[in-house]
Amino acid sequence: MAVEFTLNGSRRTVDAPAEMPLLWVLRDTLGLTGTKFGCGLSQCGACTVHLDGRAVKSCSVPMRNVAGKAVTTIEGLSAGGPHPVQQAWVALDVPQCGYCQAGQIMAASALLARTPSPTDADIDLAMRGNICRCGTYEAIRAAIHRAATLAQGGAR
Amino acid sequence: MSARGTLPRRDFLRLGAAGAGGLLVAFTFPSRAVAGPSRAGLDAAAEAVELNAFIHVGTDDVVTLFIHKAEMGQGTVTSLAMLLAEELECDWSAIRTEFPGVDPKYGRSQGVYGSSSIRGSWNPLREAGAEARERLIAAAAARWNVAPSACRAERGAVINTVSGARLRYGALADAAAALPGPSNPRLKDPSQFELIGTPVPRLDTPAKVDGTAAFGIDTRVPDLRYAVIARCPVFGGRLARVDDARARQVQDVLDVVTVSTGVAVVARNTWAAMQGRQALEITWDEGRYAGNTSDSLRRMFTDLTATPGDEARAEGDALAAIASATDARRVEAIYDVPYLAHAPMEPLNCTADVRADRCEVWASTQGQSAAESAAMRVTSLPRERVTIHTLYMGGGFGRRAGSDYVGEAVEISKAIGAPVKLTWSREDDTQHDTYRPASVVRFSGAIDEDGWPAAVHARAACPSFRGPRPGVDRTAVEGLANMPYGLPHLRVEYHNPDAGVPVSYWRSVGYSQNVFFTESFLDELIAAGGRDPLEARRRLLAHEPRLLRALDVAARAAGWGTPLPDGHGRGLAVSDNIGSFTAQVAEVSVDRDRVVVHRVTCAVDCGQVVNPAIVAQQIRSGIVYGLSAALKGAITLTGGRVNETSFGNYDVIRMPEAPVVDVHVVPSRENPGGIGEASTPGIAPAVANALFAATGFRARRLPIRLPATS
Repeated sequence: MAVEFTLNGSRRTVDAPAEMPLLWVLRDTLGLTGTKFGCGLSQCGACTVHLDGRAVKSCSVPMRNVAGKAVTTIEGLSAGGPHPVQQAWVALDVPQCGYCQAGQIMAASALLARTPSPTDADIDLAMRGNICRCGTYEAIRAAIHRAATLAQGGAR
Repeated sequence: MSARGTLPRRDFLRLGAAGAGGLLVAFTFPSRAVAGPSRAGLDAAAEAVELNAFIHVGTDDVVTLFIHKAEMGQGTVTSLAMLLAEELECDWSAIRTEFPGVDPKYGRSQGVYGSSSIRGSWNPLREAGAEARERLIAAAAARWNVAPSACRAERGAVINTVSGARLRYGALADAAAALPGPSNPRLKDPSQFELIGTPVPRLDTPAKVDGTAAFGIDTRVPDLRYAVIARCPVFGGRLARVDDARARQVQDVLDVVTVSTGVAVVARNTWAAMQGRQALEITWDEGRYAGNTSDSLRRMFTDLTATPGDEARAEGDALAAIASATDARRVEAIYDVPYLAHAPMEPLNCTADVRADRCEVWASTQGQSAAESAAMRVTSLPRERVTIHTLYMGGGFGRRAGSDYVGEAVEISKAIGAPVKLTWSREDDTQHDTYRPASVVRFSGAIDEDGWPAAVHARAACPSFRGPRPGVDRTAVEGLANMPYGLPHLRVEYHNPDAGVPVSYWRSVGYSQNVFFTESFLDELIAAGGRDPLEARRRLLAHEPRLLRALDVAARAAGWGTPLPDGHGRGLAVSDNIGSFTAQVAEVSVDRDRVVVHRVTCAVDCGQVVNPAIVAQQIRSGIVYGLSAALKGAITLTGGRVNETSFGNYDVIRMPEAPVVDVHVVPSRENPGGIGEASTPGIAPAVANALFAATGFRARRLPIRLPATS
């Protein structure tokens, strides 16, 4: 089916089976490989993108549910200037292997969009669906707090 | 940019450095001009001159450092670049890095395993940096007609110390390349290090934060097809017959081909290939291991340990010392751990393009040389016709030291005559791993009349990576047979059971299970003697100054012996794998049926530190990785096949369970040790020993399961 949606601010139409997951359209059809395949079962969070501003696991969103909606991927996160979450990630040198980090960043940015000053408990809840096998969790937690400060205009 | 894959090896290096590419093999990604340069804007547009295998200098002064290892998160790109740049005296803000192809000039076997990158590169890479620096100095000296001793190098330029004149490296590179290399380049005294020992930010961070870092799975080449493979679910089984009629009817499926490990479905995208695979009707010949269960294997291993094995260590007379001890001074216990999957975040994958006269491979691999060998074996092409492109790995942990997935991709491409990206699903990754072996150790031990541990007898049953064969496999008993404790009587024996499950390297290898066994059983002996775990370990490590110092640092930092909240306990463990020395203190409590790890204090002596921030990252990483094994991970078998499929039933530590890890680096001027695997072995026993301190429950099996409370 022809699916029309907004991708990183631009209107796109792709021809894909209605049940084909968004993840594979992004990666294989459109060549946006920043969004990662981790499990295909919504269990690891590597494929997290924003769908109408909400963090979703793109491996489990069929294209029929994307029609008419707005998708933001890691490639489009900083379209409006360097995103505070990415700035904080760089400042604290969060990634190790880096494979899960696009998903972590998309989950964290969705959290901060609705909860500008999250507590540790908020962070645990929002981020528990995103696995990091390198164990960067402590750094991610610190970077989310840092991003919250940056987003509110705080120095450092 | 368009000369894709047709270049001989040497031109590939030149083009990679001089072309408009980024890090890695960007010239094969014409649509991605920023496939991961290590510094934004450093795409090295200028002509570059090769000074040696590791260093090219551009006429624009940009220095390209060739990282002959691979990056799986352990920081190799940054740390190795630091070794080169320290001696080269280049401008750190004007470097870029690149992974070269496989080439004998980078050693006999290119790869990253055994936490060996820094250890193996410490001298050679500093020497390469110094060699290039001295040639640049010689070129400047000739230009100025002064002695080289009247010149010094500083931030990418040579300074004439007499006249104060200055020549940038870019203006000297051509002349320097024409000079003979100095035979004995002078290395800096460590007191003069400017980069080494400082927390330089990782070079790979920006690309890993904006989504441009190119992992193996992100490879895109023209005409690319996508494939998955159906493999026999039973280890050792093989394909009997396949009916692919329905699979071929799936939308976007292009082909179905048989390969040595099963049946490959090739499609226009990965998802279609997966749908096609589901439609295959396959009959497998399950082979002779189809009756195995993990319980039957554990019983077989345990029964073996009731009989004498091959001698792996003998000090004093442990059997006599234990036999002569009174019941009150004797302890017996059986420990076991399960098979474990590696579960890197990036599922295994490989892209291959086999043509009649050449083969190109793009892989996130720990073993570039092994990948090259696999491609040569499948294609029968000579070495010079095979090109291996090294890409970032989304985790490796030992799994990517193997090259099975490379061989598979090359087989498929060869069969279909087109480039193909093979992707393993998460289920494939979980069920067709080369696992950390399951292992059983039967211990007996004795304490002396003063309550100090005096004798240990251990019989291990652990499958060898090399398969069933007689004799002691040192890898299977590392951490047990070479335990650091100065026990008067120690005997270790080994059995190599034939379990039919593929096994291989898993972060910290034999130490991953044996330090749990050793440190836990030692704790049992110490408790039986009524002694303090710290004091007893200090006595037994009196001859191991580096471990002793790490132990003291960790114990002091953790407040060993100071009061804890009710229900909390502290546990200790030490490890001396990969040339580094660690001590850990875990603080745990129990919340209903769950072990909660509040804090881990880890002291590490890894010799001369190259990058302390990366050392701290790796210590934390190894602890979280080992904690997944301590609390969660088990691969089980029924009917010779793996039951677990994905993170739903092979779960790992997630953010809410991740402890605070307090890292203390013990200053040292010794040569660097490894770091990627240093902290993994100690965390399970530190937690188990803390659990004993908190509750009196002794965990002798991983993952830790608390006894049911009535």
